[in-house]
Amino acid sequence: MNDKESPHSIHSGVWQEEAELDNPFTAAACYCRGYDVYGDLLGKIGYIEYLYLLFKGERPEPAVTAVLEILAIALANPGPRDPSVHAAMAAGVGGSTAASALMAALAVGAGSHGGAREIFLALEAWKKNGNELAKWRTALTSPAAPTRLQVWPEPEHPPGFAPYGNTCAKPVRQTLSHLVAMMPAGHLAWLFQERDALEKIAGHPLAMTGVTAAALADIDFSASEGEMLTLLLRLPGAAAHALEQGRQGFRQFPFFELDLENDPGPAHPKERA
Amino acid sequence: MNNILLDYEGPLRTRMGACFPGERAVFRGHDLHADLKDMDWIALYAFGITGRRYSPEQTAVLHALWTYTSYPDPRLWNNRVAALAGSARSTGALGIAAAIAVSEASIYGWQPEFAAADFLVRAYDRINAGESLEAVLQQELQLHRRILGYGRPVATLQVDERIPAILARMESEKIAQGPYLRLAFDIERELSRLGRRLPINYAAVVVAIPLDMGFSPRECYLFLLPSFMAGMPPCYLEASERPEGATFPLRCSQLHYQGPGRRRWQQK
Repeated sequence: MNDKESPHSIHSGVWQEEAELDNPFTAAACYCRGYDVYGDLLGKIGYIEYLYLLFKGERPEPAVTAVLEILAIALANPGPRDPSVHAAMAAGVGGSTAASALMAALAVGAGSHGGAREIFLALEAWKKNGNELAKWRTALTSPAAPTRLQVWPEPEHPPGFAPYGNTCAKPVRQTLSHLVAMMPAGHLAWLFQERDALEKIAGHPLAMTGVTAAALADIDFSASEGEMLTLLLRLPGAAAHALEQGRQGFRQFPFFELDLENDPGPAHPKERA
Repeated sequence: MNNILLDYEGPLRTRMGACFPGERAVFRGHDLHADLKDMDWIALYAFGITGRRYSPEQTAVLHALWTYTSYPDPRLWNNRVAALAGSARSTGALGIAAAIAVSEASIYGWQPEFAAADFLVRAYDRINAGESLEAVLQQELQLHRRILGYGRPVATLQVDERIPAILARMESEKIAQGPYLRLAFDIERELSRLGRRLPINYAAVVVAIPLDMGFSPRECYLFLLPSFMAGMPPCYLEASERPEGATFPLRCSQLHYQGPGRRRWQQK
């Protein structure tokens, strides 16, 4: 096969490879956004910097790296009560495959209740409303009615806010404070200043998703990039908890109780006996 | 403390069902192994979604909706995931579950199907309320730019081969074309009259038929989730039978790079 004439090429601005001289299917060098990954970046670049390079194509400014470092830790483990981690544990406890545990965490953590879709929607809100309280007021008090149904269920609370919170949770405030210190101008700083006002308008306290979206907006992540990164960053906790429950076994994992409201009762005579 | 979650602590209230291990299972208020033991699986699947039962003829047509879109072609993007899983020696469940999830695409599969179902219902209601189809289409195009269910990413201007097959099957099962299916074809004709040559594709038909049986758009969507699945295991299996990694092998030179030029990471 003549390589140069192949109509079946993958077009990419992210990755380039040079083949070994003796094997066209083995890479001798891999370039990420123009940087030699194994010949130059290894040992020099931090993981978060590499993550940013992959997503955005350039090396991050120190403040951007600092924001991502904080986000990566803040999001890494939402804890075992979170539905996405719960899903991963349900896989782990039954001895399901490792990949299925993470697929479960991704599927459940993808939604608009605390998941990556909420980040997507909140990022769209930041793009639309910016740092203008009047625009946020309109968006939060008179959200545009959906013009059609889609596969995603309609959000049941304003994206970025906690539907069941009474006050802004301490970890949310702590995360926001750390992020603002790294990014003192922009959406995070405005959010820090206007949090009370926004919460009053929304009728709900700020959630971690709201802080995350503001941070991602400040470092110029699109809604789609932010959604994808959030899915990635939330996986470590799901993995650790799935492994832990797998070790502990199902007898130590809640099975819960059901109240079957329309139970027809046993159908077979022997069951009635 | 006022928190709605407090109302949902304790036993989970359900009307969908439960298992009683060693004893029985209840499915939507019926004993699975007694009341529903003779139910066809597709009919059970539809019953699980809608709570309604369908005639054998309706069930046959619903079943055929899946059959006629089961293409074991590993080039198709969702099937390719199953094939690559086989090639990479992953498990069948992982490959096929991922391939099903991937089928929720925006240019094919469930996103257009859901949107097509939603549009058919909205258009039908508005036409019944006295609006013209032309006005409904013009507004939809203005609002959403596209009418999903018309046109196709591949073979755009040809007849979708699945449509004549399902119409023939409906005829043989003596299932008449209902108002949503008739509207779906009216839309194709009206789009053509408006100068938009967008042949109807399977997405519009595959939802119009269950809509005519009383499914809601979301029920159509849930019903159609396994519709591509039969084509996936063959892709997985054949890839598993080839040498590992030998399904769609790519040379390094097949990466056509379009990014920044070579540069070095300067330590700061």
